[in-house]
Amino acid sequence: MTNLKHIWNFFTSVKLAIFTLCSLAITSIIGTIIPQGESAGFYAKQYGIKAAHFMQILDIPDMYYSWWFLLLLFILSINLLVCSIERFPRVWAIIHTDNLKVTTERIAKMANSREWQVSVADMEAFNPVAFFKTAGMTSSSKAIDNGTLYFGQKGKYSRTGVYLVHLSILVIFAGATIGSQLGLKGSVMIPEMQGTSKFFSSSQPETIDLGFEVRCDKFIIEFYDNGMPKEYQSTLTIIDNGIEVLTEDIQVNSPLTYKGFTFYQSSYQGYKDFIVSITNQDTKQTKQTILPFQKQQNWEENDVRFGIVNAEALGQRFTRTKFWLKNGDTPAVLTWLDDNESRIVTTANNSYNVHVKQMYATGLQIAKDPGVWIVYIGCGLMLLGLYMAFFLSHRRIWLCQDTSAAGPRLILGGSTNKNQLAFKQLFTKLENVIDKLN
Amino acid sequence: MNSSTLLGITTFTYLFSALLYVAVVVFKAPKIGKIATIFTAFAWIIQTAGLLLRWSESYQMGIGHAPLTNMYESVVFFSWTLILLYLIIEVKFKTKVIGAFAVPFAVLAMAYASFSTDISKTINPLVPALQSNWLISHVVTCFVGYASFAVAAALGIMYLLKSGSKPDNNTTSDATTRLPSLIILDSIIHSTMVFGFIWLTAGIITGAVWANSAWGTYWSWDPKETWSLITWFFYAVTLHARYTRGWSGKPIALLAIFGFVSVLFTYYGVNFLLSGLHSYGSG
Ligand code: HEM
Repeated sequence: MTNLKHIWNFFTSVKLAIFTLCSLAITSIIGTIIPQGESAGFYAKQYGIKAAHFMQILDIPDMYYSWWFLLLLFILSINLLVCSIERFPRVWAIIHTDNLKVTTERIAKMANSREWQVSVADMEAFNPVAFFKTAGMTSSSKAIDNGTLYFGQKGKYSRTGVYLVHLSILVIFAGATIGSQLGLKGSVMIPEMQGTSKFFSSSQPETIDLGFEVRCDKFIIEFYDNGMPKEYQSTLTIIDNGIEVLTEDIQVNSPLTYKGFTFYQSSYQGYKDFIVSITNQDTKQTKQTILPFQKQQNWEENDVRFGIVNAEALGQRFTRTKFWLKNGDTPAVLTWLDDNESRIVTTANNSYNVHVKQMYATGLQIAKDPGVWIVYIGCGLMLLGLYMAFFLSHRRIWLCQDTSAAGPRLILGGSTNKNQLAFKQLFTKLENVIDKLN
Repeated sequence: MNSSTLLGITTFTYLFSALLYVAVVVFKAPKIGKIATIFTAFAWIIQTAGLLLRWSESYQMGIGHAPLTNMYESVVFFSWTLILLYLIIEVKFKTKVIGAFAVPFAVLAMAYASFSTDISKTINPLVPALQSNWLISHVVTCFVGYASFAVAAALGIMYLLKSGSKPDNNTTSDATTRLPSLIILDSIIHSTMVFGFIWLTAGIITGAVWANSAWGTYWSWDPKETWSLITWFFYAVTLHARYTRGWSGKPIALLAIFGFVSVLFTYYGVNFLLSGLHSYGSG
């Protein structure tokens, strides 16, 4: 029993908290200097075989997930939990204490206190409700031996702010743990007009089943005038049980979520193929097809053959293509088309709306993290708790109205748990109210 | 008149206000104090205009974004926040002496932004990952935090100077006698650290939310993230040392200075000495 008590006391100590936080800060530096998650060969080459071996033993290449780092986080959590369990009941008791159980002598001895001799007439004119209202408080009162005791307070729950901050850390850890146990992460490249129901896990050498299909209908990149990429955008369609359930555009910073999986636009790959759509302007018949560079295709219903005979490229990206189209026996038409732009191509006996676009594969990052909302809630609690702990204070004001015949008096007392300076100003304001009675 | 001119002028006007504040300490002239305040407020307005102009210039270039996206812009914003914070403290605590220690930080930042060859001053378009409202909240929250830690460090230096000067050599010319009392300094150090801590916390959180909206990972232990966390731990330890172990005075003043070294490393050192996701900041 005493042993348990010892362990308990060990974990209530703030010294341990300071030690753990310092250890976390100092050991965290290691991972910012030694690159994380590289191959064993990398470390051997960079630091020598002996040092690399030593690092492997201590899990340095993956230190933020090593047993000893997680142990430090675990100690911090237990420390927080035990420390809060130990202290919180006392704080709760202060919040709910009966503040009217205070003696007149105690009020007179408070750090902020003052006493006035008041005439009977002034005492009758004095309005305690209005008085506490100047402090923004509503008061409760109790009859005492020779008069009435009033009490008002503000911000009593601000005392829980610190505990909210501490709790929020545990909430964030809980969310992170759930994410690491139940979450999935990976990526996939989907060529335009194709779909997939699997993706590659980033932590294991295997694929993960989505349970539905995601298809990339279209991928476009926009560029600034100086050639820098401006936006990547994919149009994705989710096909669940053979039914197209939704189609949405995603961009970097605006992902799509379906059934817990979130799809993030992360990269792309350009092909030397083109997606061509041709519409017969008369019949409005349309053909869409993937056309490799310098290959010919047939559109028999329209007796049309077409191909891309030449293209201008800027790095991986085609900016213009030279499109060739022949309709029956009429002379072939050759024209330059800008990438991703429509143009009417007219032959001797028909005209066609042609749209040519370089084909891409969209690179998606896929994540499922059921813990992320818990982490966010923890973050919100932390900010709320910090605000309460630092900017709010628990202010208490006592006023004793002594109406005894010996000489009526008012005794004012007040205390705060924080920000004495601002409280002093409030107290002075209240003093002035009573001063004005005389 | 373009934004570079205005921001260039700011460098010199801040330098001049720093000199005015030093004069206040050295010559004990209350008149200079008033001039210093008015001049600094004026310089700050010029800088505000410079930042706004840069914002509108980016729209004229067709790549509109808030001027908070690269090293140059963030250093300028840092000094802007620092001066604003300083002026608020000056009004609130009615002391001008702090200016002699805090304003030079803004001067150094502006001088570095204007004259260093490491950082480019051009307005660049944003790559897709940076086009996010979270970017703005992330940068603003972080830099309000950094600026208040800078003020805390300046106050820490004042504290050490004041406590180091012997009170018994009763020369009234000793400039340190004009510093605010140790108790006041200690209390402002604490307030600015607490203020900075909240904003740093918010900065780390907005960064995490942004990362999650762009990559699906709110925390990836990249060096910059990790350093911000190290800094956060550092200030958490300082607050606990004060609140629960009763530390105050000299040790806290020292911690305020070391904390700012950690801030500087997070903000600046990581970009140049370590590599990671935030390397865009070095451009
Ligand atoms: C990263 C982790 C932590 C953070 C961010 C944190 C944050 C805070 C904050 C903001 C305060 C209020 C300080 C003030 O009002 O000036 C505080 C107080 C305190 N913290 Fe922590 N804390 C952490 C870890 C811990 C741990 C592990 C313990 C375990 C013993 C602990 C024990 C305390 C105690 C006893 C107080 C004083 C509470 C009171 O007023 O009764 N803290 N903490």
